[in-house]
Amino acid sequence: MQARKKYVLLGLCTCCWLLLYYWGGLQDRLLGLITHRRGEVARPWPNWLDRDLLPGYADQAELQNAGGPGDSPKQRRQSWAGIYKDSRCRMDTCFDFARCQGQSGFRVYIYPPEKGERVSESYRKILTSVTESRYFTSDPREACLFVLGIDTLDRDQLSTQFVPNMDERIRGYPLWNDGRNHVIFNLYSGTWPNYTEDLGFNVGQAILAKASLNTEHFRPGFDISIPLFSKEHPQKGGERGWLVRNTVPPRRKYLLMFKGKRYLTGIGSDTRNALHHIHNGKDIVSLTTCRHGKDWEKHKDARCDHDNQEYERFDYQELLHNSTFCLVPRGRRLGSFRFLESLQAACIPVLLSNGWELPFSDVIQWNQAVVEGDERLLLQVPSTVRAVGIDRVLALRQRTQMLWEAYFSSVDKIVLTTLEIIKDRVYSHISRNKFMWNALPGGLLVLPEYSTHLAHYPFYYLNLGISPSQEFTAVIHATSPLVSQSQPIMKLLQVVSKSKYCSQIIILWNSEKPPPHRSKWPPMPVPLIITDGRRKTSSRFLPHAAIETEAVLSLDEDTVLLTSEINFAFHVWRSFPERIVGYPPRSHFWDPVKKAWGYTSKWTNEYSIVLTGAAFYHRYYHHLFSHYLPSSLRALVDRTSNCEDILMNFLVSSVTHLPPIKVAQRKQYKEMPTLQGTKMAPWANPEHFTQRQECVNTFASWFGYMPLVHSQFRLDPVLFKDHVSVLRKRYKDLERV
Amino acid sequence: MCASVKYGSRGPALIPRMKTKHRIYYITLFSVVLLGLIATGMFQFWPHSIESSAEWSLDRRSVHDAPLVRIPMSSPIPERGDLSCRMHTCFDVYRCGYNPKNKIKVYIYPLQRFVDEVGVPISSTGLSREYNDLLSAISDSDFYTDDVSRACLFIPSIDVLNQNSLRIRETAQALAMLPRWDKGMNHLLFNMLPGGPPDYNTALDVPRDRALLAGGGFSTWTYRQGYDVSIPVYSPLSAEVDLPERQPGPRRYFILSSQTAIHREYRVELERLKEENGEALLLLDKCSNLSQGLASVRKRCYKGQVYDYPQILQESSFCVVLRGARLGQATLSDVLQAGCVPVIMADSYILPFSEVLDWKRASVVIPEEKLPEMYTILKSIPHRQVEEMQRQARWFWEAYFSSMKAIGMTTLQIINDRIYPYAARTYEEWNNPPVVKWTSVNSPLFLPLIPPRSPGFTAVVLTYDRIESLFRVITEISKVPSLAKLLVVWNNQNKGPPEESLWPKVAVPLKVLRTKENKLSNRFFPFDEIETEAVLAIDDDIIMLTSDELQFGYEVWREFPDRLVGYPGRLHLWDHEMGKWKYESEWTNEVSMVLTGAAFYHKYFNYLYTYKMPGDIKNWVDAHMNCEDIAMNFLVANITGKAPIKVTPRKKFKCPECTAIDGLSLDQTHMVERSECINKFASVFGTMPLKVVEHRADPVLYKDDFPEKLKSFPNIGSL
Repeated sequence: MQARKKYVLLGLCTCCWLLLYYWGGLQDRLLGLITHRRGEVARPWPNWLDRDLLPGYADQAELQNAGGPGDSPKQRRQSWAGIYKDSRCRMDTCFDFARCQGQSGFRVYIYPPEKGERVSESYRKILTSVTESRYFTSDPREACLFVLGIDTLDRDQLSTQFVPNMDERIRGYPLWNDGRNHVIFNLYSGTWPNYTEDLGFNVGQAILAKASLNTEHFRPGFDISIPLFSKEHPQKGGERGWLVRNTVPPRRKYLLMFKGKRYLTGIGSDTRNALHHIHNGKDIVSLTTCRHGKDWEKHKDARCDHDNQEYERFDYQELLHNSTFCLVPRGRRLGSFRFLESLQAACIPVLLSNGWELPFSDVIQWNQAVVEGDERLLLQVPSTVRAVGIDRVLALRQRTQMLWEAYFSSVDKIVLTTLEIIKDRVYSHISRNKFMWNALPGGLLVLPEYSTHLAHYPFYYLNLGISPSQEFTAVIHATSPLVSQSQPIMKLLQVVSKSKYCSQIIILWNSEKPPPHRSKWPPMPVPLIITDGRRKTSSRFLPHAAIETEAVLSLDEDTVLLTSEINFAFHVWRSFPERIVGYPPRSHFWDPVKKAWGYTSKWTNEYSIVLTGAAFYHRYYHHLFSHYLPSSLRALVDRTSNCEDILMNFLVSSVTHLPPIKVAQRKQYKEMPTLQGTKMAPWANPEHFTQRQECVNTFASWFGYMPLVHSQFRLDPVLFKDHVSVLRKRYKDLERV
Repeated sequence: MCASVKYGSRGPALIPRMKTKHRIYYITLFSVVLLGLIATGMFQFWPHSIESSAEWSLDRRSVHDAPLVRIPMSSPIPERGDLSCRMHTCFDVYRCGYNPKNKIKVYIYPLQRFVDEVGVPISSTGLSREYNDLLSAISDSDFYTDDVSRACLFIPSIDVLNQNSLRIRETAQALAMLPRWDKGMNHLLFNMLPGGPPDYNTALDVPRDRALLAGGGFSTWTYRQGYDVSIPVYSPLSAEVDLPERQPGPRRYFILSSQTAIHREYRVELERLKEENGEALLLLDKCSNLSQGLASVRKRCYKGQVYDYPQILQESSFCVVLRGARLGQATLSDVLQAGCVPVIMADSYILPFSEVLDWKRASVVIPEEKLPEMYTILKSIPHRQVEEMQRQARWFWEAYFSSMKAIGMTTLQIINDRIYPYAARTYEEWNNPPVVKWTSVNSPLFLPLIPPRSPGFTAVVLTYDRIESLFRVITEISKVPSLAKLLVVWNNQNKGPPEESLWPKVAVPLKVLRTKENKLSNRFFPFDEIETEAVLAIDDDIIMLTSDELQFGYEVWREFPDRLVGYPGRLHLWDHEMGKWKYESEWTNEVSMVLTGAAFYHKYFNYLYTYKMPGDIKNWVDAHMNCEDIAMNFLVANITGKAPIKVTPRKKFKCPECTAIDGLSLDQTHMVERSECINKFASVFGTMPLKVVEHRADPVLYKDDFPEKLKSFPNIGSL
């Protein structure tokens, strides 16, 4: 009985177990049947049994293949020039590098204008930009690049600015050389109805700097796509972007907007004719009008009247200001004014222009600033832009502003960017990398001759995750001869050399007398270097090779400072390495009566200048001062022996868009001239002051705007003048000043 | 099945001991059960037996079992690739469609063995190990789909990695026979060794209609920018040799040339360089005396001395990569793996993945013509930059060169970025090695802007029930000229706020927001009512701040809109004895945090705090009712890499008589708790993001001997 029970139980258990097993399996099967209904589906790539036996794709001999011995690399390179020309031009084959290897380096020559030659407003601006750039030369023999004097901007045969007989005229140029080393600027090519890329003359081997370039005709690494700009585009300076604050959430009143022409026929009409489909009258405003051209009424369709009415209801400028995204569809040509307009307006461009080679695409990473749409997917655009998160909107929007201010806000910038891109190609191993082009402050302010290493610049510390080094170089500007050991400079040397962060001292000898013998100088714990400044005021900002540290402490010979003041300022500078950090504040202001800028040294509640008589800054600014600024401004500084410190402030503020930083309380950084003094210090001279007023205005006109920015605070040590034991304070000396 | 067999085997031994009646009974029972089971089993397996056996063997198949396809002689040949093809002309974007994940779908054709009419295969090698690796990597990835109708990109299983092993015409015919070929639209071919003797074309010679080509060795004339993808030539040594990463720094040799088949002309020039610069250069060549075979691949010689390859590459700062018959060289991969900076001399060569990788930071490209100047050019590069390039080179190899999988995934990602450009990876994501990604910051508010004064700021007062002091705070704040709006966050669920008539009369809008739960995080919620960029977070007991101090704080914030600008400064310190972080509120010379009991900051940080705070910090803060201010300091410092700004000397905030430092409380437990917070947050962030500075911001004329009435901010308290 017991055994029977046992077996019955055992048997039943087995049955149940087996049933469950099968039944479960069956369910799996059924499920499998339901989900994998398609019988001939491909499955993931199989895990072949013999995968280890598979042959390699190539053996070593094959991978190291050098080709036949007869194929000489030199001959090959020479034969290239014959094969790859015209539409297949590349820098290697269509550009004469030898022209740029001379002493003078990268120089640009402009053909002199012919008599009676009329040049359009925009082309005149381009020529002016080249002429005023630091690369201009009037001697064709030393030129590396040539710019035509004939206006080639508008090559639409129907245009009034069209210049006929181009081929003949160009062939007359002895230096033309089939266009080698020439750059041709163009904004409009082709005409109704096809608007081809043809310029109407043979450009040969010349580099095209052209708007609305099509990727198919674009010769990569050779041509340069430039933006379409209007004739009102400012020569220099240029308006800043419209973004003044980063509101959160970043969405504006409208999500997406377009206001423009609708083409009923012809090229570009596919897209323009469909734009009205996405209009919803609420957050997406897409307005088109048929009312353009002379005979619009002839082609008029059923939508026109209603559309035209709706069109008048909205103001373009208002939409620009109040829209998060702006549609930038192609017009007849691929590029449009709209592109720069929305870039400036911080309205994120949504491009619908298939095949458009974006402006300066060689160097600019556009996907970080615009939304690249596809004309074929117009109806997806609303859902695409809706899905862009707020972080990305913020980032895209700020990037539009960064790019606008770095490369597009003036004709100068557009032209200079074009030249710099070509220059980077010519000297490819001393050129900017993509990061330099796309990070603040932009590629034009990064001179690769200084260094190609990112950590050598003051702008990238945070991006690289590093901080400035713990050392500085003091540069003392000495103008008066050394007569006694009690002169201010002697005291200053002692004070500076006592700082633990000081690694070397350079005395820039700018006196009429020759520099004294080494033994006249006191012994120093740090290396002391005397350099001859050749009596030029601007020499204090020469990029002296001797400066080995990132930080420079610039001092006048009669500056009075304490060691702890130097240390504190240096600490602050390490937090703000891209700015000038120092003691003597000054200010500029707009004088509405004189309609000019004024300069003041009065004590005020704000400042916009920190004089370089006692200030820290990055050594890169020496390089920018000497190579970025035009020689005319440096000549002004040398002629007047004045204003070099103001110019430096202009330069740094134009790079950072930020004010300098004043540290601690000291304002008077020099001892007042004693009555017994026979010679007045130059800065106490009233004429000196008037000069400085003039300087401010001269500088502002070169920059095209006023880069100086006011600040209302100074940075003090944390416990400065607090009612607490001095023993606790690290910078107690500062309070005695 | 097993179990029943087992039972059966035990059966006979047991049966004799049973009674016959029972025996029959059991035998019948088991037979019935067994029959039933077998029937069920048959029912289940019968209809699908063919399919399931196929599935079984699919994973256990040999490549030689792949179906054979015979190509008719007259089978159509695709057109030669069209050089004008671009994504918008030759690629059918509708197939990819709108996709919330922004990910393309990739289909792989099943393997087939193509033979011509007489049965000769189209390729001498068939499927290679590398191509198999590539396809299985893709099929394992997120890109893969087995649904041909939903695919956006098609990858043929015809291996065209090496053109030399292919019969061009037949391969092209095979491609055209693919069921979805459709003029090659949306098809992607991988090729590493294009061209053949004598003139070695730089792109695959197989006619391929509009197919995209991922090619290793494009020249600028064959590469269709924005359409093709330039890929590396995979080096099989990558899989064989494990080269450990070396710290960047100076190496024994300055320049090393390791290629065995360099053109005579170049070798002469390299030897001339060697004569001029001596020991700094090492010119290696094939070993002539070694027996041929696998070993010789891994050896290089110079004047009878034998070196191990690729190990020797790690001994040099720069390694020469000269073009051979082809532009793409497998040596490039070896060189990068060794962390040696490649000196690439191959005119017109499109560098691998150049669409996204910034090669200027990892290599030196020198025109072939300038080979004699190589030494001078390389010497002019600063040491620190060489080190960065070494690190960068190694990172490129690890991420994009090291395996067929890496190469395949990178290629697909690049195509993916073109189709969904608004979700594309950034320059930093592509180019920054993990070390840099970890330490570098890309501030979300990176544009240097000084916002206008006019919108003012919104004061957000957090309160529970201290009504009297709350009203005093409100009255004080309302005197600040730039105040735009007052928000009172009422965190008391048990008691309602006082009636409207009892509140102080203020000139700006005042709004009380009642919360659902008493949480500290409520104060950092990005309320829609905050319409200004600037937010002043203030506790309901901060009554000592003067309106001058507050206005000045706002002015300072305008110059630092991406930082916390506040009044009570605090510091974190490393406690060497305890081996952990410590919170410090004593009189210190340094500041690394400002408390949000009184601080200005950008509203964006509210959004970050509420939605993007890492780990469980937010819940932790709410549970402990403490440290929300420290959390905010961590968050802001981590994302901007910048220190906060302490404004004005103000140290007393609650009452004139209070001790100089009055945080929430001064007792010891409070300090211990705060220290704990710092340690907890540092571990969640994985780093200590706080930055220490020694400065605070004062008005320009603070404590100056100057008429008080001419100062903008005369009323700045000294304590």
